Parts: sequence; C-alpha cells; structure tokens
Amino acid sequence: MADEVAILGVGMHPWGKWGRNFVEYGVAAARAAMRDAGVEWRDVQFVAGGETIRNGYPGFVAGAAIASALGFNGAEVGSSYGACASGTQAINLARAQILAGFCDVALVVGADTTPKGFFAPTGGGDRQQDPDWLRFRLLGATNPVYFGLYARRRMALFGDTEQDFAMVKVKNSQCGAQNPNARYPKAFSLDEVLSSPMVSDPLRLLQICATSDGGAALLLTSLDYARRHTSNPVVIAGASTRTPRYPNTHLEMPDFASDSASKVAAPDPGFRDSIAQRAYEQAGLGPGDMDLAEVYDLSSALELDWVEAIGLAKPGEAAGLLRAGDTGIGGRIPVNPSGGLGAFGEAIPAQAIAQVCELVWQIRGQAAGRQVEGARVGVTANLGLFGHGSSVVVRAH
Amino acid sequence: MSKTRTLAAPGWFTDQPQPTLLGARCKACHALFFPPNQSFCRNPECASTEFEEWPLSRNGRLWSYTTNNYAPPAPFVAPSEPFEPFAVAAVELEAEKMVVLGQVPRATKLEALEVGMKMELVVDTLFSDEENEYLIWKWSPVT
Ligand SMILES: [Zn+2]
Repeated sequence: MADEVAILGVGMHPWGKWGRNFVEYGVAAARAAMRDAGVEWRDVQFVAGGETIRNGYPGFVAGAAIASALGFNGAEVGSSYGACASGTQAINLARAQILAGFCDVALVVGADTTPKGFFAPTGGGDRQQDPDWLRFRLLGATNPVYFGLYARRRMALFGDTEQDFAMVKVKNSQCGAQNPNARYPKAFSLDEVLSSPMVSDPLRLLQICATSDGGAALLLTSLDYARRHTSNPVVIAGASTRTPRYPNTHLEMPDFASDSASKVAAPDPGFRDSIAQRAYEQAGLGPGDMDLAEVYDLSSALELDWVEAIGLAKPGEAAGLLRAGDTGIGGRIPVNPSGGLGAFGEAIPAQAIAQVCELVWQIRGQAAGRQVEGARVGVTANLGLFGHGSSVVVRAH
Repeated sequence: MSKTRTLAAPGWFTDQPQPTLLGARCKACHALFFPPNQSFCRNPECASTEFEEWPLSRNGRLWSYTTNNYAPPAPFVAPSEPFEPFAVAAVELEAEKMVVLGQVPRATKLEALEVGMKMELVVDTLFSDEENEYLIWKWSPVT
C-alpha cells in the first residue's frame, strides 16, 4: 500500500542497570540500526527521538542530544514525549515525514537511564495540581497498585489464578533467556515466581517489571529508497497513537477515578480495545491475521488484559490461551517472544521502539532461540500515562 | 495538646459524621467529575467552564483491591514507623457510573475484602506532623 514505510534497520543497546548517560545507549542503538540498514549517518535526513524526563535538559531534547553525539549532520530533528508510548510517537513522527515526502531516510531512537526502585513522580516540591504527585501523596498509589487492581479484577471476573499470572512470567522469562538484549537472562520456575515477595497483592516481585537502562532504534525509509537496498523490506503497515474518547470508563494510571458514564454513554469499543484497532484498520488487517504480538506486560497479569484488548482473545479468555500454550513459542499466537518488559524492564522512551525491533527480527527469521516459525506479520501494543495509546502493525512486504 | 484536623485534599471530601466525596458537576451538560478541581468540562461536546459542587454516593461496590506491602516513595508519607502494609480499594459507584480509588483503613484485614462487597466512605488519618492531623477519605467494608 502507498502509506507504508520500510524498516530498513533495527538496533538496540542491551538493557540493564548500567548507570551511564542515556545518550551512550541511544548512540549505540542508532549506530546498530544504521549498520543493520547499510545506511550511513550522513544520509539520515530526519531524527526522531523519544524523550526521557529523568535525565535533565538533554532528555527533553533527546533527538537533538543523540544527533549531536553522532555529530550534527544538518538533519531535521524532533523529540516526542508520550510517557510509555513515547517511542511510537517518535515512530509516527518519522513515518509522517516520510509519507509526506519531506524525507526518505529517518532515524528513530529512544534511550533511558533510570533511577532505582518504583517510578516516583519527577521533580520536587508540593504539586497540589499534578495528579501524578497527588496519587502518591494521597493514596500511595504506586504503579504496582494499579497492576494489582487490574489483576485482582481478572481473578474476580474471569476466574484467573495467581498461578496463571506466574505462568506468564515463566513463559516470557524462557524467551528472555534467549535474547541477548534482555536484562534478565534467567528462565524462572513457577515456584521461584510464586515464592518471590508479595508487592501488590496478588502480584509478586518477579511479576512486576523493573526499571532499566537501555536503548532501541529504527532506521525508517520510503519504500522506493528501501527497494534500492533490499528486495524484501519489512514495513510498518499501521501505527496508532490515539487518545481515548470521553468517557474513559477504565480506571487508568495515574487517575483517582474513571470517567463517569452517568451523562454520556461509554464509547464502544473502550479505549484499550480501540488502540490496536486503529493500527489494524490502517494496515487493512485484523487480529486473526497476526502471527505474533509484543504487548505491554508491566505486570505478568497485564499481558492477559492486552491479549484481549488487541483482539487475540475474547474478554476473559486470555488465560485459556496461556494454559493451552497458544501464546508461547510454538503456539498458535506467540505473545512477547522477546521476553517482554518482564525480561527487559522499562526504559520508557525505548520500549515501544524495542517492541518493533523484535517484530522485525522475528519476521526476518533472526530471533535465534526464540524464533516464531513463519512469522510474517505482528502487532505491538503499549499505553502511556495521560491517554497515550500505542500500537504498530509490522509485516513482511 | 490535640492536633488540628486538616484535610489533606481540601474541597475533595467532607469531614463530618457521614462524610462524602465532593465531585464537580458541569452546569451546562451535568457531566460529573472527580477530583473536583476542574477548569474545563471534559465532555468533548461541551465547552462549559462552570461547575457546581456535587456530593458523590457514600456507598459502592468493591470493584477491585490490592495492597502496598512496601512503602511507596515520596511524596507519600507513612503515618507510622515501621511501615505497615495497607490495602487500596477501587469502588464502583452505581449512580455516578464511575470507579473511585481510596486507601482502606489499616485495621481492615486483607482477608475481609471481596470484590463486589458493599463499601462505605470514611475519613481517617493520612499522616500527622507536629501541629496537624492530615485527613483523607478511605473505603471501608460496610459492617
Ligand atoms: Zn459540560
């Protein structure tokens, strides 16, 4: 289709707790993506950076900070922030530049250096108007609190069990152990997961994703440009950065309450279900066409919510897929073959880009040890605080 | 000397024997919001900027619950040392068709909670300093 762009190169800096400047990870990932594409830095015409808000001014101008470190080459630049969806914001910025004909070659890059422990609100002082500050102050509502609420709700509504949630972690850790870019190279047993300390009931430490340092990058080009480099490029067929429609009746982080549906009826589909739907529509594909998915497993249980939200299972049926082995390698629709955030940890501006990197490696058949056989098309899903939907459909051309 | 009872979130709830959360209702379209500190009506079909205080139902059904087994980071202030784990509840209000979060009083055991059970709004200590006892709303099982 005319509105596709090629992913000519992908690259990462391995994720971990390295404690160095985020720009280092961004440069390493960018150079890896350019090398993978066979494109020189001097030929990059646009740089789209995912911002990090925990690394001072350079973090807010991440695209320029990384371009400067590569050596300013006169390219256009843009930096985007959409919380956990920042990477897809950057992808869509670059994609639009290419589809508009403003450029042929764009670098998308996200990298982060994170503090220890749970994410806390950024900046100091009393901020009585900032819901992200107030939720910690008034409720002690950490991110795991929201994950625990969603998980407990699944148990009550659908009969999911603590063992189901632990199995998600076991499944993904087996993949993570085969991924050289993942932070945790360990395959955990069910016993290990279920005996780790309880953090936010029913979720335990090993089921809640950590915060990581890391970087990920894509080298995007127009289809014409790509055809001069390769006969079968992988392409972005759809990308959604949509917001909710009022009223959003799902209780979202960092909110104190869901929107009230007492005066205006809730939209159908709801926000989460609508995110991938828009990417599917652009691609002219549906959930039944997917060979694999990378979804937003901030907690083990949350993977099951996303499997349903992107249409791979009906509401309440994701745990059934898991139990049948359908979402594992060799199953009908493998989910998080990269190991997911459970194996990587969150590096906020990089994670939505990293999801796309994994789909590209899988579609090219380069995911040794965790390869989904015959992968041709896949979807990502992710969600940033304050209404940032994120989904990308990637397919072999 | 007794401490001054101070609302940790002034205007968000009342401190009275039958406490309520205070929502904001749009004067034009009657859409309801919580927290009440609204400058704009968030209904996309409405451009109103005028709201009236609107008490929310004191009772609802437990939509879900979880715990903080470890102390949340600042700006959270633990009411006592050492840190005592506590539960957080999400309660669905039938008339308002919304789910509202709140802490659960420390005295309530996790085993006492069950999704779907009836909950009521209470006012309890968030934390104290030299002069003030800061108050917050919490959700407690109806006994
Ligand atoms: Zn209104």
